[in-house]
Amino acid sequence: MNVRVGDIIKLENNHFVAADILLLSSSEPYGLCYIETAELDGETNLKVRQALTVTSDLGADVAKLADFNGEVICEPPNNKLDKFTGTLYWRDNKYPLDNEKMLLRGCVLRNTDWCFGMVIFAGLQTKLMQNCGRTKFKRTSIDKLMNTLVLWIFGFLVCMGVILAIGNTIWEQKVGRTFSVYLLWDEPIRNNNVVFSGFLTFWSYIIILNTMVPISLYVSVEVIRLGHSYFINWDRKMYYIQKDTPAEARTTTLNEELGQVEFIFSDKTGTLTQNIMVFNKCSINGKSYGDVYDEFGHKRTDCVDFSFNPLSDRKFKFHDSSLVEAIKMEEPSVQEFFRLLSLCHTVMPEEKNEGDLVYQAQSPDEGALVTAARNFGFVFRSRTPETVTLYEMGIAVNYQLLAILDFNNVRKRMSVIVRNPAGHIKLYCKGADTIIFDRLDPHSQQAFAGEGLRTLALAYKDLDENVLEEWMKRLLNASTVIENREEGLADLYEEIETGLMLLGATAVEDKLQEGVPETIACLTLANIKIWVLTGDKLETAMNIGYSCNMLRDDMNEVFIISGHSVSEPELEQVLLETACLCKTVICCRVTPMQKAQVVELVKTNKMAVTLAIGDGANDVSMIKTAHIGVGISGQEGMQAVLASDYSFAQFRYLQRLLLVHGRWSYFRMCNFLFYFFYKNFAFTLVHFWFGFFCGFSAQTVYDQWFITLFNIVYTSLPVLAMGLFDQDVNEANSHRYPSLYRPGQLNLLFNKRQFFLCTLQGMGTSFLLFFIPYGAFCLVVRDDGSHISDQQAFAVIISTSLVIVVSVQIGLDTYYWTAVNHVFVWGSLAVYFAILFAMHSDGLFSILPSHFPFIGTARNCLTQKSVWLVIMLTTVACVMPGLAVRFLKTDLYPTLTDKWALCQEAVRLGWVVFRRTSPLLSPYGSCSDETRL
Amino acid sequence: MGKVKANAGPLARRPDNSAFKQQRLPAWSPMLTAQTVLPFFYGMATVCVLLGVWLLVTVQNTHELKVDYTHAGSCDKCFEKRKDRANANQSCNCTVVFNIENTFKGDVFFYYGLINFHQNLRQYMDSRDDGQMIGRNKNLKNPSSYCEPFMKDKNGLPIAPCGAVANSMFNDSFTLVYHSAASRQVVPLFRKGITWYTDKNVKFRNPQVENKTLTLAQVFEGTGQPLYWQKPVYDLDPWDRNNNGFINEDLIVWMREAAFPNFKKLYGVLNRAIEPFTEGLPAGNYSVDISYNFPVEYFQGRKEVVLSTVSWFGGQNNFLPIAYLVTGCLILLLAVILTAVWWKFAL
Repeated sequence: MNVRVGDIIKLENNHFVAADILLLSSSEPYGLCYIETAELDGETNLKVRQALTVTSDLGADVAKLADFNGEVICEPPNNKLDKFTGTLYWRDNKYPLDNEKMLLRGCVLRNTDWCFGMVIFAGLQTKLMQNCGRTKFKRTSIDKLMNTLVLWIFGFLVCMGVILAIGNTIWEQKVGRTFSVYLLWDEPIRNNNVVFSGFLTFWSYIIILNTMVPISLYVSVEVIRLGHSYFINWDRKMYYIQKDTPAEARTTTLNEELGQVEFIFSDKTGTLTQNIMVFNKCSINGKSYGDVYDEFGHKRTDCVDFSFNPLSDRKFKFHDSSLVEAIKMEEPSVQEFFRLLSLCHTVMPEEKNEGDLVYQAQSPDEGALVTAARNFGFVFRSRTPETVTLYEMGIAVNYQLLAILDFNNVRKRMSVIVRNPAGHIKLYCKGADTIIFDRLDPHSQQAFAGEGLRTLALAYKDLDENVLEEWMKRLLNASTVIENREEGLADLYEEIETGLMLLGATAVEDKLQEGVPETIACLTLANIKIWVLTGDKLETAMNIGYSCNMLRDDMNEVFIISGHSVSEPELEQVLLETACLCKTVICCRVTPMQKAQVVELVKTNKMAVTLAIGDGANDVSMIKTAHIGVGISGQEGMQAVLASDYSFAQFRYLQRLLLVHGRWSYFRMCNFLFYFFYKNFAFTLVHFWFGFFCGFSAQTVYDQWFITLFNIVYTSLPVLAMGLFDQDVNEANSHRYPSLYRPGQLNLLFNKRQFFLCTLQGMGTSFLLFFIPYGAFCLVVRDDGSHISDQQAFAVIISTSLVIVVSVQIGLDTYYWTAVNHVFVWGSLAVYFAILFAMHSDGLFSILPSHFPFIGTARNCLTQKSVWLVIMLTTVACVMPGLAVRFLKTDLYPTLTDKWALCQEAVRLGWVVFRRTSPLLSPYGSCSDETRL
Repeated sequence: MGKVKANAGPLARRPDNSAFKQQRLPAWSPMLTAQTVLPFFYGMATVCVLLGVWLLVTVQNTHELKVDYTHAGSCDKCFEKRKDRANANQSCNCTVVFNIENTFKGDVFFYYGLINFHQNLRQYMDSRDDGQMIGRNKNLKNPSSYCEPFMKDKNGLPIAPCGAVANSMFNDSFTLVYHSAASRQVVPLFRKGITWYTDKNVKFRNPQVENKTLTLAQVFEGTGQPLYWQKPVYDLDPWDRNNNGFINEDLIVWMREAAFPNFKKLYGVLNRAIEPFTEGLPAGNYSVDISYNFPVEYFQGRKEVVLSTVSWFGGQNNFLPIAYLVTGCLILLLAVILTAVWWKFAL
């Protein structure tokens, strides 16, 4: 592609936008153009972009477009998808440019035949590319530990090299020089330069012993993580049937950390609740509508009949007919209330057939409000950049749209300034109640929070033509500034949104998701602390807290804090300590930034694994900050999901993600690492012992082919199968006994101590592997008298013993023998012998004699009974101590896992459960059983 | 079950309900319970101890005799003579005498042993050319550079067989003599059949030439003998023309490098067709006449001859039975401890 900055290009319907371009003109009136940004932020609703009026006049006139000589000065390339600031200088005028005039690379043009645009950023400078790979790289604690261990092993390797090099120096000094009559080469060494010989030996041994840190470790770890991610994706129990959404592991690197989570930070809206907004209450001019109970205390069951309104939405339900009465009576305040709802929003209407209206809303509560207004007779029908058309009780009314004062998370309100057909100018504002109340004329305030409702206050203000004109000028000025444009605009908005008159308030109900209280109870039993961080007000947050069992009247260790309080840095420690003492922590009124700060605070100070779960754009920072970010793919767009590491549709799946997938992943990864290090130490250190017998000359014990294939062919698959399929406790019990999650949090299964133990086991094994055959074979001969104490036979015996020992060991380490495990373990052994005999065959030797010098060794060795006696002895001696230690551990100091696994086994075998009386071992019960532990 | 997925319906993205994907593969989960582990330990202990006892009994019925002749008896003078490299070409013969108290029943094997000779040094082990020894004509005249500095002799002729391993070939020869009351009788030894079949028939071949009438000496024409050898490779066995060249069995035995510095290599097998050796080696006085050529004083090495009989699991080997007995006892001890612990804590 030869698109360069400054080019003017034409785009056609349904085409991808190729670069970040400034919209100049389009086929639609007013230079409008519709795009879909699903590739950028995952949101599938159509968005509208509009060209500057001066440029949209260029139309499709190629000659004029070619003459276009405007100059754009703008911000440097960055990764903010929703912000752009720039200025266009053209024909001695300057025009502000913002994101509304930009088509970003990756968007798709929709419902627009063509458009022309000027390339602002191309290639790597586009916002899409700037977003690539810029996200913070998350790594698990096991990862970090592994890197440390690899460094340690490297240090150990150098130590070994030094020991052997010193050994070589001494040996050459004492023995080697007297042996020189048979080794005439290496003049420098023969000239008594034994130190140089030691130096060379050091490097030789570094090369020989490097199999202690095999590359295949990293490869296998990644393969196992990938497998675990697939298991998450494939899990039917985390698939949400209503939305056809399976769980998704969006990163493959964090799985085992899911088994170590100690803190969960949860958003409320859309995460604990469904975020399906239902308009069910409002308060207009002090009068409340929408209570489900009428004044006589009877429950209203019948729905209001909206048949008077042909444009109404059939799915909308409301239970209080008095509001319809009021609107039919043409009460001005009620009319103004719904007029505001139908004017003040950013919803896009789509009318495929006459009367068949579909609203494309960016947030569900906005959609709910506009739909409510539609049903009550104030139908939002269409919009252009400068007008909004309503059907007020069936009559079309055109409002001139003078300004839109956007919503954002800091302002928490939005306003529109419109001129009605009568010429009056009004500002309509809707926003969070506390925000609006601060900006009201001293006036009657009716608050209704409670019952988990989201409350929005609505207010208006009449504006004077002159005041507005002057303000509009300043707005134009402010919006052409490049630096600090945001702040300038916010100040201007602030200035005009004062002295508002309250119209009323709306309440949108948000229902709790299915299974939330049970999930929270279960996770709490797993010793996971759940903090709710919400932007909502205290009362709403507390109500949700009660309804999802986090708050109970009998609790006395509850910590509820409001966002205004969380700001002083020196109080952070106090906050943290207090919060950690409490059973339940709810932070309300927190901004997205504060959410991230809270997570960061816990992450850095408690050294614990944190998980953040949320669904909206306001949770993105917290999701990115936490060790693990989980996105709920729900109503509020896809931003949270895109920033997350795992995503699914319902909060309750979190229990399964942590207690089953996370726990298994951690368990498998730890066992895998333990075994892997053990195996490679056992394999490699044999060279070290041999060094003492071969004059430290860096002679390898094994055949070169065996060294090459050991890690990648002979022993890779069984351990991989264990890492992928092993289960110590089945999923039902993982759910039932949440305290099984504890070892992960305490990091018990693989840590430096465990590493030391597996190193020790590996060393012991290598010692036995070397010295038992040594003891047996430095003397032995074959049963036909010819000798088999040669180096090649020795290599075959040790390598065969090694493969058998590590295979038996993996057998003992595997808790869950599926068919795959059987195939891999037995298959690896079979492959070992097959390859061994193939490598030692006549055919290969006659083709390449120097590469296959082991001809016939396998045949001559493995037919000897004494060889098998040695292999058997080695295997028994290597495996039995480990087995005894394991048995003692499970018997003397059984972990919870051992107990439940034992129980599970007992139940499976149909034994009458012994020790039924002991509360510890009753395998029946639910989460609540756990409290007794 | 998985087929449903094919059509894009409302459940298009629902994962398959297969046992694999849902991690419900049928599986066997063995548990380390006392009921399985303890019997296993006792079983293993019994097996090891029984095997150990059996092996020990077997080993008791084998015989082995070692005679160190480095400077024993009349070999002392040869030892002194070999100290000086100038005498390398002078032959030196000596004799050691020894006594066999109990008859060596069955097949008797005659080994030479070397102490402190490192055949397992990396540079030494690499210094050979298997391509040459398999009889490739290309390699015969142009041996691998691994053989350096034993690749070409001082006349520039390629050495066959090249390399340090072949160059340092053990070249003492022995004659075992039985001194019965009546006479002095040379003990007949098979000097062939002392190698692995694969070595003799696959790994080592003489160079193949089209003209079958050529003598071995002609085949090896244009090659030099190893520096330390007294005879060329085609003349190693003056008694058996078919035991010369690369397939000479002493050479093959030598070329199979020992793993450790102390080793023994097979020299001959008792020919039991001749009286009085049909039952093995009878008790009595013996002597070995040695052609003492191989110098060991440089590296403080020692030389010995070993006579041995074998059992079903090879030659005399006390390590294996003892190791089995020790392992068996340790496992038994472990089993007892485990039982005690289990008894005390778990019940």
